[in-house]
Formats: sequence, structure tokens, C-alpha cells
Amino acid sequence: MTTTSTPTLTVASHTSIGYAVRDVLTLSRRNLLALFRIPTAVVFAMIQPVMFVLLFRYVFGGALGSSVPGGQYVNFLIPGILVQTTIFGAVGTAIGLAEDLQRGLIERFKALPMARMAVLGGRTLADTLRNVMVLIIITGVGFLVGFRPHGGVLRYLAACLVMLLFAYCLSWGFAFVGLAAPNSETAQAMTFPLIFPLTFASTIFIPLAYLPHWLQGFANNQPVSQAADAVRALMSGTPAGDSVWVSLLWSVGLIAVLAPLAVNQFRKVA
Amino acid sequence: MSEFSVEATDIVRTFNDGNFRALDGVTLRVPTGQVFGLLGPNGSGKTTMVRILSTVLSPTEGRAIVGGFDVVKQPSQVRRVIGLAGQFAAVDENLTGFENLRMVGFLNHMEKSTAIERSRQLLVDFGLADFAHKLAKTYSGGMRRRLDLAAALVADPPILFLDEPTTGLDPQSRQDLWAIIEGLVEGGTTVLLTTQYLEEADRLCKQLVVLDHGKIIAEGTSSQLKSSLGNTVLVLTFSSTGDAQRATGLISHISAKPANVDGTVIELTVDKGPASAAEALRRIDSADIVLAGLQLREPSLDDVFLNLTGHKAEDAPAVVPEKMSRRDRRKAQV
Repeated sequence: MTTTSTPTLTVASHTSIGYAVRDVLTLSRRNLLALFRIPTAVVFAMIQPVMFVLLFRYVFGGALGSSVPGGQYVNFLIPGILVQTTIFGAVGTAIGLAEDLQRGLIERFKALPMARMAVLGGRTLADTLRNVMVLIIITGVGFLVGFRPHGGVLRYLAACLVMLLFAYCLSWGFAFVGLAAPNSETAQAMTFPLIFPLTFASTIFIPLAYLPHWLQGFANNQPVSQAADAVRALMSGTPAGDSVWVSLLWSVGLIAVLAPLAVNQFRKVA
Repeated sequence: MSEFSVEATDIVRTFNDGNFRALDGVTLRVPTGQVFGLLGPNGSGKTTMVRILSTVLSPTEGRAIVGGFDVVKQPSQVRRVIGLAGQFAAVDENLTGFENLRMVGFLNHMEKSTAIERSRQLLVDFGLADFAHKLAKTYSGGMRRRLDLAAALVADPPILFLDEPTTGLDPQSRQDLWAIIEGLVEGGTTVLLTTQYLEEADRLCKQLVVLDHGKIIAEGTSSQLKSSLGNTVLVLTFSSTGDAQRATGLISHISAKPANVDGTVIELTVDKGPASAAEALRRIDSADIVLAGLQLREPSLDDVFLNLTGHKAEDAPAVVPEKMSRRDRRKAQV
């Protein structure tokens, strides 16, 4: 071993947890800055969810109002929109990583003495911070149009945690798609067959009983519905049934499968 | 510092489950403190070689020592002594020039104040100070390249890998970049650069290897390479292919190398340009053939390739199997 030829630096200092955390923060800051500087990203992250709230609240709210527990569609809708927005937002992760790959940034990062996991760690952390922002915006807009979470502050915060955890675990899947796609346009296209069935064939916008019978089995048991049900029950203060635990199990299961996939794909690409 | 900054032995890299050999036993040694050139057309394996030496890709076979460290066994040590500027200006378009450099400084684990100071200094050195706080997406191609090179230099690495640093640049930007690279080498940096341009290799590189289909087909100094070729290319253009063919027979003895006839154009590599041109003119004139054009030019990479391999650089088919994934194809070709 000829480690003596680099007297100025030691290996330990570059691979320590402290540096890994710093690398993650450096890259999530970079990803968050981009979020505010790309107009389409701003639209997707902030404006679109607000439009969805207004659209569903006033267009569908009248028709569906009496069908939901408590008779207040807006209280049913807002938790759903929160989950839906985090899923749509994660498409940005797939696009962003595909662009980084195309532009040679992943290659650059791989040749730096940084912690390699920071590229995905920073990206998914940035996703989470964006989701916190979305939570605040949608809650605010929700309040303006009549949203009243009757569960209280603690249950509301618990709901936020359930939602953020689910979104975090799912974003590793979008990271995998971004790294596996040949370019960013394809990455975006590849996510659509995933996100539309998961968000619309679900209990995000309408109660299960209003879905066609043949769809109910899928819709009731898929992870997005479970997350939406859990968030909704916690926020509204109604009995959550098993949905909170099932949602947490889904989150753990998803990240256990998706994170290794994404990490392995990251190792392969250059 | 040892005599060689990079020592690569019998490097093989395959893609697509071994069906495509991007590198097929490449051995090279880069002397410390100079510019070493990796010359070759698209698909010859230049980029794959740079990616292996910079720990981005691992070799399928072979061993590479960079700055005294093994790229496979000690990649994190290697990453601390190298800078890489890849084939595409790898800058984040949504960050400013300053933010790009500062980010790379942080990722090199520099102190915050050092990273900031170094970023500012590099922006000044590279003529980007006025654009430091403009988003990189507003930069011109030449500015992006300079920012990219600056990013590779943030940690002041002793070894620098530059993959086609001037491809796609206008002549002035190319000159600027060459001057920067020369300045770095004067300061003691070792540079391995890949290029498709003989002119660039000639200007910058003390030693170079020529790569074709993943194999080294020639190596030496730039002047050795060119003298093996003849100093000048005589280009004669005729008004018909018949004339060109008749003239080929009359003048092919002027050069020891076979004439390259392409339609109405004859190219001949010669040692004494003007004298050879005069002789060719006399013979063509006395045979009553009308010459449409005459030009003397420096040999290009094409001429080197024609001479070494019998095929032109741009014709060199990047032998990429059809069933290869698009990503592999991209990796193998660029």
C-alpha cells in the first residue's frame, strides 16, 4: 500500500458519516434550488395541486358531498390530494436524474471523493422537503375552501408523517425509473403508466363504493389507497382501521425493494 | 511524485454481456507533468478509457494505477487526486457558475470558506467573473466548457482527465482552452486528454497513442506520428473522375504512400509540399489534363487513420451490435 503518497488527506476523513451527511445536504440543496428555478417544476409542485384542490372541491364536491363520511367532501378530498401531489411530484425525480445522467453530471459525481449514495440520498431528501412545502400550501388552501381536520393537531402531524414516509419510499422507485431511462422524455413517459392507475384507481378522489365493482379489489388494496385512507382517517379523526399499519408496512416493503433497485442501477450507469 | 501518473496495463472493457469489446487490451503510461493524448475517432474507446481511469466505470480485465492508487481497489484515493471534465460540459444549468463550482468544492469536502474562495478565483481565472451569478443555462458553449474545466480544477488535482475538451467549440474558444491547459501543465499538472483532432494533439501533447476499435494502433510523439506519415497532404481536384483516374497513374510515384482517390479528388501525403506540387502540376499539364483545384494542407487525423488502418476515421464503423441496449450503446459510443 502506498497511502503515504497522499500525506495531506486521510481516508477516514472522506468516508465519515459527517461528510456523507454534508454531501447529502449539498445535493438536496442543489435539487431544491432547481425546483424553484425551473418554471415547469414550480407549476407541477405548487400550482397544479392548488388547481386540483379548487377543481375537485367545486366541480365534484357538489355531486359527491353527501356520499362521503361526514358529508363534507372537502375533508375527504384534501388528504387525497396530498398523497396524489407527492406521487405526481416524484415524477420530477425521475426526470431530474435522467437529465443528470444525460448531461454527464452523474459521471462527474462518480469521479468525486463524495459519498456516492449522496446522489440518491440528496435527491430523495429534496423530494421530502418539497413535499413538506406542498403539505403547507395545500393545507393552507384547503382551509380557505372549508377543510377542517377534526382529528386535532397531533393526529394531523401523525398523518403528515405517514404521508411523507410513504412518499419518500416511493421516490426511490422514481429514482430507479430515471436512471433506467435512456433520456428524460422517456423517463417522464415511463412514469405515466405507473402514476395514473395508482392515483385514479384509488380512494384518493372518491370513496371506494363509487368505483366499479371489478375495480374495487385493486383499488382497495393498492398502496396509494391505503396511504390516502390512513392520512384521511388520521386527519379527520375517524377510526383508521388497519390502514395506518398497512400503509406503514407498504412503505417499508416498497423501500426494501425499490432502494436496492435504484442503488444497483446507479452503480451501473455512467 | 513518481515518474508515471497513470499506468494502465491490458485494460479490457466489454459491454452487452461481453458481446462488444470497447477496449481490447490497452496499455499506456502517462508521464507525470505533461499532456498525454488519446487520439481516435468516435467509438474507438477513448471515453471508456477515461471513465475507467477516473473510477466511473470498472475495467472488465486489466489493472490501472492512477496517482499511485489502484482504480479498482482504492477508488476513493484515486478520486482525491484526479479531476474529470467529461465529454459533455457537465454543469448544472439551473445553478449559477459560482454555485456550480461551490457545489463541487463541497463535494470535494473542502472547507466552506476555502470552497467559496477557490470558486471565485477560478471564475476570475477563466474569464467568467462577470457571469458568476448568472445561471449556467445562459452560458455560451465556450463558457460552459470553461466552467466545466474549472469544476474539474476546484480541488486542484495533480492529475486531470479531459475528454474531448474542445469538441464543438469555435476556433477562438478552442485557442483559449488550449492556453488554459498549457498553463496548468506549466504549473505541474499531468493531463490526459482525448481528442479527434490531430491539430490539438500536435499543439498540446508530448506523447500520444492512437486508438481504433479499442486497440492502440500507434504511439509516440506527435512529430514521430506525423513524420511516419509525410508532412503535407497534396489535394488535387479534377473536373471528372476519368481525369482523376488518369492523373493518379501519372503522379502516384511522387509519394511512397498510396494515393487516396475519392471521386474527382486525389490526396497524396508528401514530404516536400511545394516541390511535389510543382512536379505533379508538370506531369498533369503535359498530359493535357485540366486541374480544377490544388491545395496543400497539414495532415489530419483522417490521414493518420487512412495511413495506419486503411480506413478513414469518420468511416470507422462503431461496431455496436444491434441488440445492445440504448444505454450501453450510448456508453460504448461516446
